[in-house]
Amino acid sequence: MPAQLTELRIRDVTIKLHRAGSGPKLLFLHGAGVPQWLPFFDALADHYQVLVPEHPGFGGSDDPSWIQSMSDLAMFYLELIEEAGLDRIHLIGNSLGGWLSAEILIRDRSRFRSLTLLAPAGIRVKGVPCGDNFIWGPEEAVRNLYHDQTFADRILALTPNEAQMDVMLKNRFTVAKLGWQPRWFNPDLEKWLHRIKLPALVLWGDNDKIMPRAYAALWRERLPDARLVVVEKCGHLPHVEHAALVAHHVREFLEGVAP
Amino acid sequence: MKFVSFHLMPYRPLDLAEAAKHRSPWVVLPNRLYDPVKGAEEYARHIDALVYAEELGFDAIGVNEHHQTAYGLMPAPNLIASALIQRTRTIKIAILGRALPLVNNPIYIAEEFAMLDNLSRGRIIAGFVRGIGSEYHSSGTNPFFSHERFHEAHDLIIRAWTEPGPFVFDGDHFSLQYVNLWPRPYQTPHPPVWIPSQGSTETVAWAADPKRKYPFLVTFSSADLVARYHNSYRERAAQYGYEAAPDQLGWACPIYVAETDERAREEAGRAVETLFNDFLRQSFEMLMPPGYTSIGSMKNFIRSRGALGGGRVSAEALVETGTALIGSPRTVLSGIERMRERTGFGILVALLQFGILSDDLTRRNMDLFAAEVMPHLRD
Repeated sequence: MPAQLTELRIRDVTIKLHRAGSGPKLLFLHGAGVPQWLPFFDALADHYQVLVPEHPGFGGSDDPSWIQSMSDLAMFYLELIEEAGLDRIHLIGNSLGGWLSAEILIRDRSRFRSLTLLAPAGIRVKGVPCGDNFIWGPEEAVRNLYHDQTFADRILALTPNEAQMDVMLKNRFTVAKLGWQPRWFNPDLEKWLHRIKLPALVLWGDNDKIMPRAYAALWRERLPDARLVVVEKCGHLPHVEHAALVAHHVREFLEGVAP
Repeated sequence: MKFVSFHLMPYRPLDLAEAAKHRSPWVVLPNRLYDPVKGAEEYARHIDALVYAEELGFDAIGVNEHHQTAYGLMPAPNLIASALIQRTRTIKIAILGRALPLVNNPIYIAEEFAMLDNLSRGRIIAGFVRGIGSEYHSSGTNPFFSHERFHEAHDLIIRAWTEPGPFVFDGDHFSLQYVNLWPRPYQTPHPPVWIPSQGSTETVAWAADPKRKYPFLVTFSSADLVARYHNSYRERAAQYGYEAAPDQLGWACPIYVAETDERAREEAGRAVETLFNDFLRQSFEMLMPPGYTSIGSMKNFIRSRGALGGGRVSAEALVETGTALIGSPRTVLSGIERMRERTGFGILVALLQFGILSDDLTRRNMDLFAAEVMPHLRD
């Protein structure tokens, strides 16, 4: 199913929005890299209207200097959702996008129906450090994203052009701005997770070298209504590495959620 | 020309073969490789060498700040400066420099410099740096805000030195209800400020601004790059409507002098290679964390430093590119004179101990440099 690329303008910020399908709205918030349109989205687009924005500061979206933190980004999305008139949203976030999802929902969950977290950042388990993908070299950083190294091989075989390099640098700068210190978490987030009174699915790869699997248990404990699925032979991007399986889990979960 | 005898205080007893097994001698090198007994001896010998510069007639002694690395044992350069003040009488002491963005309250830097300036009765030169990229890994400071924090900390320190206190400082990164230095600096209006830099365009433009006219020191670069950075400073000054003076342009360079070129290369070749290949070895990700420079500067860096970035570099190549000056007095002198013709620079920051260079060779190098090179370049 071909995805449409459109633009959305909120205040002084224009962002790119990929969309496909029809049905209940499913908003996917990406992590440190801007996703291309993925098989995972196609697998959901026959039952859902899948909305995949490129965050401010990433990809082809504007990079407003006033977005200084995850808090700013969360408030930006709440404004976007209100302006665009979106409602009854199923929210999915991966990694940094999972963290962003939680930051949005502790502030205002009224327009949302469910939350799916795929290896989210945002909270910390003391004594269990995250992988330091800022110090990793380019190949190491790609390899450490995946359990199945054929995914990494395919990416490493590509040579990005100048424009793609610019986007990669732009993404990397924004990721540092948002997550360098404290590394990948907001000390105030965990204590408010009980406010996310929505059905939640927490899904984690069993071989995640960035966000250790030990974090999954804390998320399940802090969210008031969460179930946990661990995907075997899987790294930090479950929806990429096991697209069909993860889409299956998500659909099964969403089918049990009141519309 | 002004001469600074500069020092990094490397940990020379480092097991280089063992260190090579790790990602870098910065940030992640296990500190079990540091032996405190040998380290204490290193401090004593390095300080002796620094102090000796006064006797030889140098204008200043230079020290600097780096963290969590065998490359330099001066995470707190002001402690070394304090020791140097007690053992010298007239020579200037240049701290090149303190890394402003890494601290959460820059008042402490203003205070320490003011103390040193009083302790030395006005012999302090205050270098301000952002710290190199690896320091953002080791300190946890967000590199994205490095420039903002640097500028704000700078403004706070200069105001703290010059404006009557107490006053309120309203910054975005530093917000202080009371700024009121005790002691105030000894020099009026404040110690000279120098800016060592790797040459980012943002820093050049800022340092050359007529409000500041801060001396700009280019460190560890090929002669061509040094010339380019010096001349970009000169061009920037011209755009601002003035001509950059020689004492606004500095060059920090490893230098080794012996009786002949052959002997110099024989004695210092391996040592200079250890500086660049062993002690300075860092990945791009460590040197250039995201936001540390603008995207444009980062891409320029990737292009221009390609030669230094990958693989080991030989002493021959370092000499060939003018990254290090190693040779007879005549060879070293002509290297410096060539640069002076190209850029009109007037501050030479001579790194006369580097890498594993021994105490004996360091002292011989300092003697020969002071006797055979320096006098020919005096104004």
